[in-house]
This record gives sequence, C-alpha cells and structure tokens, in this order.
Amino acid sequence: MKGVLAIARREILSYFVSPIAYLAITGFLLLGGYFFFWYLAEFNTYLFRSQQMMGGVQSISLNQIVEAYYRTLSLVLVFLVPLLTMRLFAEEKRNGTFELLITSPVSVFSIVLGKFLGLAATLLIMVILVSTFPSFLIFYANPEIPPIFSGFLGISLLALGFGAVAMAVASFAENQVVAGTAGLVTLLLFYVISAPAENVGGVLGETLRYISPIDQSDEMMKGVISLKSIIYFLSLISLGLFLSFRSVELERYR
Amino acid sequence: MKLSVNNVAKRYGDFYAVSDVSFTANQGEIVGFLGPNGAGKTSTLRMMVTYLPPSSGDITVGGFSVRTKGDEVRKLIGYLPETPPLYPELTVKEYLSFVARLKGVKDVKEAVERAIGKCFLEEVTNKLCGYLSKGFKQRVGIAQAIIHDPEVVILDEPTSGLDPKQIIEIRELIKSLGKGKVVVLSTHILPEVSMVCDKVVIINKGKTVVEKKLTELEKSLEETFLESLRGDV
Repeated sequence: MKGVLAIARREILSYFVSPIAYLAITGFLLLGGYFFFWYLAEFNTYLFRSQQMMGGVQSISLNQIVEAYYRTLSLVLVFLVPLLTMRLFAEEKRNGTFELLITSPVSVFSIVLGKFLGLAATLLIMVILVSTFPSFLIFYANPEIPPIFSGFLGISLLALGFGAVAMAVASFAENQVVAGTAGLVTLLLFYVISAPAENVGGVLGETLRYISPIDQSDEMMKGVISLKSIIYFLSLISLGLFLSFRSVELERYR
Repeated sequence: MKLSVNNVAKRYGDFYAVSDVSFTANQGEIVGFLGPNGAGKTSTLRMMVTYLPPSSGDITVGGFSVRTKGDEVRKLIGYLPETPPLYPELTVKEYLSFVARLKGVKDVKEAVERAIGKCFLEEVTNKLCGYLSKGFKQRVGIAQAIIHDPEVVILDEPTSGLDPKQIIEIRELIKSLGKGKVVVLSTHILPEVSMVCDKVVIINKGKTVVEKKLTELEKSLEETFLESLRGDV
C-alpha cells in the first residue's frame, strides 16, 4: 500500500510542477464559467419571456441550469482527460523511469493503482473547482440542493470513468501524441456510442444505452442517484485498471 | 548473499539476444561484466533485475529465483539502468524520497540523507533532476540504486559519457559500495574493470566466454578480452 501511495503522490507532484494540470484546470474553469454564465443568461431570458406571456409557459426549475451545465462539461472532459492521461506511461518509458517502477518491490497492480489515484485526485480537484459555479445558485437563489449534489456525483464518476478508460488506452502507447490521440478518439466514441440507440431499438439499442457513460450519468445530472449507474462506473473504472494492468504486464514479454 | 546466473537465454522471436550466460557473484565481490556492444549485457542485467523474464535458464539472488520469487529478488537488488531513471520535474531530494518510499524504506529522511552523503550530492539536493549535469545525473542514479541499502547492486555502464574527472569519482563510489555487497558492473571499458573489479565475466554473442578472478588471469585483461572475442579462450 505504501508503494501505491508513493506513486500516487509522485503523480500529483508531477502534474502540479509541470504546466499540464494548470492548463487543464484553467481550461476547465474558463469553459465552465463561460457555459454556466451562458445557461444562466438563457434561463433569465426564458423566465422574462414566460412572465410576459402571463403564464402561457410552464414554470421551469433553476436545476435545469445545473443539468445542462454538467452535461456540457461531460463533452469538455472528453477533450481534457486525454491531456492528463497521455503522459502517464509514455513519459515513464521516455525517461527510463518505467524500468525503475517495474524493478521496484511493488506489484504491477500497485503501479497502475497508484497512477490512477494520482490521476483521480487531479480530476477531482478539477471537478470540485468547476462545481463552485452551481453552488453560487444556493447563495443567490433557491435551487433544490439534492440535484446539485447528484449532478456533482455524476460528473465526478464520469471524470473518473473517462480517466480509467483513457489511462488504459495510454498504457498501450509508446509516445504521448499517440496516447493522447487514441485516448481522445476512444472517449469520443464512448460519448456518442448511444446516438444510434433510438434508431436501432431492441436489445442492441438498450445495450448501447447501457454501455454509454453519458446515458449512465444522465440520470444523476437530472437529480436521480441510481445504484445501477454507480455500479456501472465502478465497473468501468475496474475495467480500465484491469486493461492497464494487463498492458504493463505484457510489456515484460514483448 | 550470492547471485547466480545459470544458463539463461533471452529470445525475441527467432533472435537470441542472450543464448547461454552463466556466472556467479559472491558477497564482497565486484564483478565486471564485459562484452562488446550488442553482446547481450543489458538483456542479461534486465533479466537479473526481473525487468525481463528469461526464455530459459534461471537466475537466483540470495536463493530466490527471478522466475518464481520476483518480489523477493526486487527487495534485494538496487539497479542503475543504462540511462539514469530520473523524473526531470522533481528535485533530487523529492526524487530520492519518492524512490525510498517506493522501495519500502522505513526511515525515508535518514535514507535520503545517507544516499546524498554517499554519492556527494549535497550541492544539488534542491536542483531539478532535469537540469543536472550528466555526472550528477549518474550519481543520482546510483543514489537511487543504493537508497534501500540493497544486498546486490547492479550498474549498467555507469561511467558512459562522463568526463575523466567524473569517471574517477564514480569509480571511487563503486569501490566504496563493494564492501559487503554483491556488485555487478556492466561496461565495455577494460581499464575500468582492472581498476574497480575483483572478478571479470566476459560475454560474446550472448554466451559467457570467460569467468575468472582478475588475479587468476594468465594474460592481461586486454589480451584475454581480445582472445575471447576471437574465440581463442
């Protein structure tokens, strides 16, 4: 366990002494702020119009801003997560430090878990920071609190799931550009995987919806915390860790 | 403590990087592992440190096989690869603290200070590894290899690319490590072996061709080496 923590700690240190983490956090905050302001402005316009129409339009909830906000951030994560995962293994291989890790008295799984924990901590810092925008609503209006919390949980699990998948992809790559590009393509695929579900229909349509992390996080962003979605994300993270583990193991037999 | 390499081979498809290497190294011995470029030195060392599994044969460290007891072997060895494995964004102190934790050292602070003292790194402790001179990088590489006070130290070409002053310093450092430990020093610089080592192992085309104590060599090391490459030994 000490080895896992040492690796996680080193990952966090490396993220924050290089510009990558700051770049990702700044980008996430800027885009988050922009979208939040935009949705808030849209909401105000809609509210103003509906008041003018004297009840011609059904009332809308402030929580819809939060839902739309977190949904948009899901797409931003598709682009930012590979930025953080692309260096996880490729840089170790380039620096020769991969040899140090493999020949240290820690298991391959500890190496993978340590790396994921470092990545997870950085992703959660990003998500917590962008979640300060919806929390402003609590101070200046009367939104329902539980959906804000479940939205935060949804985007956090989505970030961790994306992180695990992109990390697994990165573990097979020898250089950062390949790791980043492959991660981006994979996450984009995951993002749109349920798009044809409606046309396809039937069991295949249901399966596509089930394996889509976006559909799984959707309910949480609407304010419903379902055990099924939590189990899905934990499975996705486990799958990512398992694939990374197998990839590092295979490295020895190349 | 004993390191024993028994008929190991490493095959990549149809190509044998190492075909039959055997030798032993005992406690207190510094073994010079010699061979021309491409002889299979690095592949053999990588098998010794469990980075690569042998295709056949076995290596035991302190009685533990790299095939079945890799975890135990990794606790006993300190390894400096050909390129010092450094994180350029960390300071020397941060880096050595990380390696100490990684290797399960209990008193991290004490271990880091001891390694810094032993490798004369005092003046660069707060410098980023990426900004160090080649000599200092090599010393930090050796410091990480000995930070957990291992029984067996394996060094892959620790003096390559250094200037003469740095070479002398690193050689002195290796000599001081040899007391009470097993040290395997891979190199293709013959005088280095004469100056530092107790025993020489020469490999050529993936096979051991000479394994002798330096005092037992009938001819000079240079002559023995050249003859071994021609196949006269």
